[in-house]
Amino acid sequence: MIISFIQRAIMQGIPLLYGSTGEIITEKSGNLNLGIPGIMYVGGISGVIGAFLYENSLSSPDAANPFLIVFIPLICCIFGSFVMGLIYSFLTTTLRANQNVTGLALTTFGIGFGNFFGGSLIKLTNTDVPSITLSLTSSYFSKTLPFASRLGVVGEVLFSYSFLAYSAIIIAIITTLFLNRTRAGLSLRAVGENPATADAAGINISRYKYTATCVGSVIAGLGGLYYVMDYACGIWSNDAFGDRGWLAIALVIFTIWRPNLSILGSILFGGLYIVHNYLTGIMPNINMGTQELIQMAPYVVTIIVLVAVSARKKREDLPPESLGLTYFREER
Amino acid sequence: MSENRDRTTKEPLFHISKRVSLPMWLLWTIRIASVAAALIVCAVVIVLFTGDNPISIYKTMIEGAIGTERRVWGLVQSTAMLLCVSLAVTPAFKMKFWNIGAEGQVLIGGFATAACMILLGNKLPPALLMVVIIVVSIAASAIWAVIPAIFKAIWNTNETLFTLMMNYIAIQLISYYVYKWSVPAGSGKIGVINSGTEAGWFPELFGQKYLLNIIIVAVLTVFIYIYLKYSKHGYEISVVGESENTAKYIGINVKKVIIRTMLLSGAICGIAGVLLVSGTDHTITRDTAANRGFTAIMVSWLAKFNPFYMILTSLLLVFLQKGAIEISTVFGLNDSFSDIITGIIIFFIIGSEFFLNYKIKFRKSHKEVADK
Repeated sequence: MIISFIQRAIMQGIPLLYGSTGEIITEKSGNLNLGIPGIMYVGGISGVIGAFLYENSLSSPDAANPFLIVFIPLICCIFGSFVMGLIYSFLTTTLRANQNVTGLALTTFGIGFGNFFGGSLIKLTNTDVPSITLSLTSSYFSKTLPFASRLGVVGEVLFSYSFLAYSAIIIAIITTLFLNRTRAGLSLRAVGENPATADAAGINISRYKYTATCVGSVIAGLGGLYYVMDYACGIWSNDAFGDRGWLAIALVIFTIWRPNLSILGSILFGGLYIVHNYLTGIMPNINMGTQELIQMAPYVVTIIVLVAVSARKKREDLPPESLGLTYFREER
Repeated sequence: MSENRDRTTKEPLFHISKRVSLPMWLLWTIRIASVAAALIVCAVVIVLFTGDNPISIYKTMIEGAIGTERRVWGLVQSTAMLLCVSLAVTPAFKMKFWNIGAEGQVLIGGFATAACMILLGNKLPPALLMVVIIVVSIAASAIWAVIPAIFKAIWNTNETLFTLMMNYIAIQLISYYVYKWSVPAGSGKIGVINSGTEAGWFPELFGQKYLLNIIIVAVLTVFIYIYLKYSKHGYEISVVGESENTAKYIGINVKKVIIRTMLLSGAICGIAGVLLVSGTDHTITRDTAANRGFTAIMVSWLAKFNPFYMILTSLLLVFLQKGAIEISTVFGLNDSFSDIITGIIIFFIIGSEFFLNYKIKFRKSHKEVADK
């Protein structure tokens, strides 16, 4: 039971890890993108649309091309979330709109977009299937490493996940190295801390903000895709993704803007999300209400971290200094 | 072009500078143009999905929003509720305190109302119960809102993230109590509270269920307008919002202003909670606030923090919502369609802000190359 708990916790954590890595990159450029929940929905539904159209164009399940069936949803997801990132960057960087308002509008739009297509895709494409069930695509997305089952407990805990799960961890590690070990990463952090200084040092502010936001959105969008294709076994149901997007933003604060800590943090948050299912075995009289209280825990610890960090005022733990502010060169 | 090449420094294609002020007609032309552009884009989107002609679709929308007397009342009621939450967030925003926790603050207010109705419904006379409900709800929301403000004042804790997290704590807290108090036990729903006695319900005025709500919000609108524009508190809020350093320099106690303003913000959220639970739904769920806390931020921002403009902006958003829901019903589409439309409209309006605040000067002696 412990093993299956760890497994489920990691699978719950992966979308959060994608979301928080994406948001960290974005926030390091000084953009507080509150559109992440919407972007994750769009990433998920874009992949679903791609997979749905491809699956329905097949004459039989055997005709599926193993490369295309993974590639099409992936590229659709990347495209969908990239466009969302582009909308955000265009409005906040080029048109200097308020970041909070833009982000919230993006979330409204994105969740609406996801639920709309989730609810209307079948009608719009005139196909006669009862629900969006992409078990074929999902079976490719959730392929695990072939030797996982032969390694016993170690194999189940460490090697029983799909390629998107491992990519999430690899992306988080690469992001950490990028931010701390490369020149471009240093410049990106400079843009987020103090754009005026970075500008004076010859860094192209707009380019960094655009790139960071769009790359961040794409990474976050993959989290949505992972959720639908692997965790939910290819079944799209409206609002099933829930508040995971906001949880991803909480995770950013909880891990004090460090993607490598996010790997552990996401598993912890994922565990808290599902722990009530396993507590029933130990405490039989636990009820649905208590489960809601346990789900409160990630937010409470996040606030504690946020307050603690701000009280300690240790420079490297604080949020990027210009987070949430628009930069206009002439206005200093 | 050849002259430009001789120069050592290249002149950019255009440069952007801040506008000092804008004539009224231009201001409104840009705004109306942006809404019009948004409606055209929405029309294209709608036609793509429904295949019907846009005029008849906009007719359907208007029909859905104001087609019958009942719908008009529904529209006004929804507008009033959104406006009330928008009024609540406005003082804090004017101070540049990004309170995105109105959702949670409204929920806590509504929760306090529901708790009073459930626990005291049969124990107090109706008038006293109403007073208790109002006091407790306002206090609960104000306390909920002031927690992030206190940390902001002491340690400069990031209020955007703090208030955001508080929303979900409120939601989970309410989910917990909804299970605890559910009727019948274990169903996970509270249902209509005191449906027999109607204790703690707002009375009907002139046979209209929502009239009292609407009147309260109207009074509140005028109050906030006067408070922000003519009171000393309002002046202090705008100074802190413009420049915290200036505020300190002229002797305003910034911490006090932050805490006081958030208390007010929370209190109005509490009123919104009372209106939603006592005056509208007579029940509480985790969706009672229905994302109004977030939508209110857009309403307030689009109206430039002016309470009277907020009537227009909240009406616009609610109208679109109701209209889009009607379209989805008629064409058998999912009703999240309204969120897409709302999103597009807001993108356009906040995008147009740029042209209100900045002007673009193109390079002289060069063919005009407009990129937009």
